[in-house]
Amino acid sequence: MDLFMPEIIILITAILVIITDLFLTKSKRYLAYLSLLGLAAAAVATALNWNNPPEMAFGGMLALDSYSSFFRILFICLSGLVIMASTDYVTKFKRFQGEYYALVLFALLGMIMMASTANLITMYLSLELTGLSFYVLVGFLKDQNSTESALKYLLLGGVASAMLVFGLVIIYGFSGETNLGGIVNYIQTLPSGTDITTHAGLLLGIILTITGLGFKVAAVPFQFWVPDVYQGSPTPITLYLSIASKAAGFALFLRLFYTVFTDPLALSQEWALIIAILAAVGMTLGNVLAIPQKNIKRMLGYSSIAHAGYILVALAAVGNAPELADGRISLLFYLVAFAVSDLAAFISIIAISRSTGSDEISSYEGLAKTNPVYASALTLALLSLTGFPPLAGFLAKYYIFSASVQADMLWLMIIAAVNTVISAVFYFNVIRVMWLRPARQDVRVLASWPLKLALGISGLAVLIFGIVPETLLNLIEKAAELIIH
Amino acid sequence: MSIPYLTLITFLPAAGAILMALWPRLSGRAIKISSLLLTLVPLVLSLVVFAGFDRSSSMAGVIQFEENLPWISLLNANYHLGVDGLSLPFLVLTTLLGVLAVLISWKVDLRIKEFFVWLLILQTSITGVFVSLDLLLFFIFWELELIPMYFLISIWGAGRKEYSALKYVLYTLFGGAFILAGILILFFATGSLDIASLASTDLNNFLRPAMMVLTFFMFFIGFAIKLPAFPFHTWLPDAHTDAPTAASVILAGTLLKMGGYAMLRLNVAMFPDVCRDWAPLILTIAVINVIYGAAITLKQTDIKRLIAYSSVSHMGFVLLGIFTLGEISMNGAVLQMFSHGIITGLLFAITGVVMHNTHERDINKLGGLAKQMPRTAIIFILAGLGAMAVPATSGFIAEVSVFLGSFQSSVVPGGQVFTMLCLLGLVLAAAYILWTVQRVFLGPGLEKFQMVKDADKTEIVFSLVFLVVMFGVGLYPQIIVDVIQTGVAPLAAVFGG
Repeated sequence: MDLFMPEIIILITAILVIITDLFLTKSKRYLAYLSLLGLAAAAVATALNWNNPPEMAFGGMLALDSYSSFFRILFICLSGLVIMASTDYVTKFKRFQGEYYALVLFALLGMIMMASTANLITMYLSLELTGLSFYVLVGFLKDQNSTESALKYLLLGGVASAMLVFGLVIIYGFSGETNLGGIVNYIQTLPSGTDITTHAGLLLGIILTITGLGFKVAAVPFQFWVPDVYQGSPTPITLYLSIASKAAGFALFLRLFYTVFTDPLALSQEWALIIAILAAVGMTLGNVLAIPQKNIKRMLGYSSIAHAGYILVALAAVGNAPELADGRISLLFYLVAFAVSDLAAFISIIAISRSTGSDEISSYEGLAKTNPVYASALTLALLSLTGFPPLAGFLAKYYIFSASVQADMLWLMIIAAVNTVISAVFYFNVIRVMWLRPARQDVRVLASWPLKLALGISGLAVLIFGIVPETLLNLIEKAAELIIH
Repeated sequence: MSIPYLTLITFLPAAGAILMALWPRLSGRAIKISSLLLTLVPLVLSLVVFAGFDRSSSMAGVIQFEENLPWISLLNANYHLGVDGLSLPFLVLTTLLGVLAVLISWKVDLRIKEFFVWLLILQTSITGVFVSLDLLLFFIFWELELIPMYFLISIWGAGRKEYSALKYVLYTLFGGAFILAGILILFFATGSLDIASLASTDLNNFLRPAMMVLTFFMFFIGFAIKLPAFPFHTWLPDAHTDAPTAASVILAGTLLKMGGYAMLRLNVAMFPDVCRDWAPLILTIAVINVIYGAAITLKQTDIKRLIAYSSVSHMGFVLLGIFTLGEISMNGAVLQMFSHGIITGLLFAITGVVMHNTHERDINKLGGLAKQMPRTAIIFILAGLGAMAVPATSGFIAEVSVFLGSFQSSVVPGGQVFTMLCLLGLVLAAAYILWTVQRVFLGPGLEKFQMVKDADKTEIVFSLVFLVVMFGVGLYPQIIVDVIQTGVAPLAAVFGG
């Protein structure tokens, strides 16, 4: 039972938050502190499990290996930072803070399960738990934009879920197994020489699964919901969606495709090409469409589509050369690097926008003069997202490029590298507005200490993961061994 | 534990800059003086390295003042610094220009702290390029340089500064993408990121011939953009023209040299066979650079743009020297880069004085300035003599070595023809320099410039430093040539030219 201590702690915390909310009338801020406390306890519990030998639980429903532990810690940290960043924002919906924090925790629970699922059924359940929490969170502002976003997200998310479940069912139908290990065994019994194109059922299953998961991670061409939902959601939720929910999607993606569809029959080379094409299109489309954006959340939405594309490059490398650990390591490292950079960017935006009352890029004019600290933090984050050394984003890109070259996908690396140049255009546009324009209004950005702390942590992480990434890489190397059947 | 000279030289400016940025209150004067110190100390240290460098021919190609620490073991990347005869001249040049750039910027009064912070970070990144012996480290410094340069041009520049700054960033990032691809191909073929050991490895054992050529050109394109070689030169006039004086000086003085240095360090050292095979193509580019660059220079009416285009022409000489692949010609190419750094640095610096005092950079509107600013005129004319490669200047030694070496080198068939064509550049250089001097400084004085002030003490001081180095190397080239020799000899030995 102590294997699931982190999950239990998070669940109890969520319930406690709801109950406490009933008794707190004034200082709702304590709800955030309570959630953070619970997360800290969950993190400690996970850390204690870190060195446990990998094992399966509940008859192979969940896999507990260093891979899932790694994502547990990652998601707990990210949720903690999101909650810290929310403390200033929740004043927009004073009455519903308890529900807000509880939903954030439920989403976290779903995401943690996504990283450890080893069965088609738990896979779907955890996805839906995450999805449902997010549908509500997206609509939390209750204004027209937010409601529209939530509806859009709900409808499209529902369609994606349907696709995914359809795909999973087909895979089950052909293999007669729901456990990933069982499916692997079935695939290995196929007569050698069969290739995937002659095995239409499996192919259809894989394609539908890619569609469903592609939606979750905002991969092209399933990205159309991103700009609107990102713009309309409460900013901390935009942040949560773009870093944690996306990472969870990739965690699941990697486990399913790496464990099940790599061996034998050269299966992986087949889907690697599909993924590579999605990656190439995603990077290019995301970056090109981000250029004309005037709203910074929308711009980051498009940029996150591009980043999903970069991560898919790593996934394609995994598919093309499953025997190399570099593909998996680079994918995980990119998730972390992107998460901390995006965190730093969004937290600055939360603070700044609250003071200026606008998400328009034009309202950032001259910010470097009036608020050099926030402008510098945002600049640092944007440079890291562009992939400038010596920041985390650079090393992440370097690693991904290196994995793709190693997996014989030089062409994809070149496309990705050229995309870096395109992305510089819109990232530098924000930097230009902040540093080169005269200040339009004299705003003082004020923020609470949890937000400042979260900004400090993520900013520092951007630097540390870029300059001395050794410790993190070692952890990731261990996590990437993953995956037991 | 010996003193980590190179680490100190590289990181002192940036460390100081970060401290300065975080320091709550600093007067403009304090910032300028600390910046001066933060560049002066690295200069002194690099002179110590220069003096302590073992120049004996037995040390040819040997890395000295080496520092090697494990850094990211999973990527096999090390923190590896060191200098040899190839990089040492550039190290000295960079640290020297760093001090001069601070002096040149003494009159900056807009956003003082930011300006000097970026200037110092720029200094660190350029120094890092020249002392890194690990490809990843090298690339990090190579790309890092963009950020300070972007801000320096776009905030303190003039004209279409934002356009020029972004153009510069995009061009260089684009080139960087190719360099990165090259680095990764090398890394996966050999498993090593170590520049020194890669140079002594025969890559033919690791890469197929077609892949060798591809990798060579990935590097070459990236470096050619920086150098800049035709047709990748169009960012240069824009960036040069719109940059503030100090940034122009650094651009012309050291940034362009990153390209030429890297060509020698990576292209020539690691891909000798590809170099020999493809040299005619690259030499054709060199000829275009020299003649087209000079021809366009003649047409310029903006004085900064004129010097910028003259750099394109002069970098053609560097390409010629490197890719005729003779020992003397490569020596000449390195010397030419060093000398161009000094001479063009001075030209930009003194042009900055002219612009600052007259508020005019259109050659057609200037004239007869020698009457009002005799000292400025003399300095400009002396620097111009260097650019024309008049004997006793460093430019003369450099260009003579390039041309003699290229003509003698028999490695590349038709080398003599390319050399003869490039000689035309010398004539054109004399033409545009003399014509500029005549139009700007000679002739009757103009009414509107009656009250224009001459160069002040600071400006005289930094000009003198430039001139001393220019004539010093011109009269006693041995002081630096024997260092360059130890770096170039092992490269040239491969070709037997």
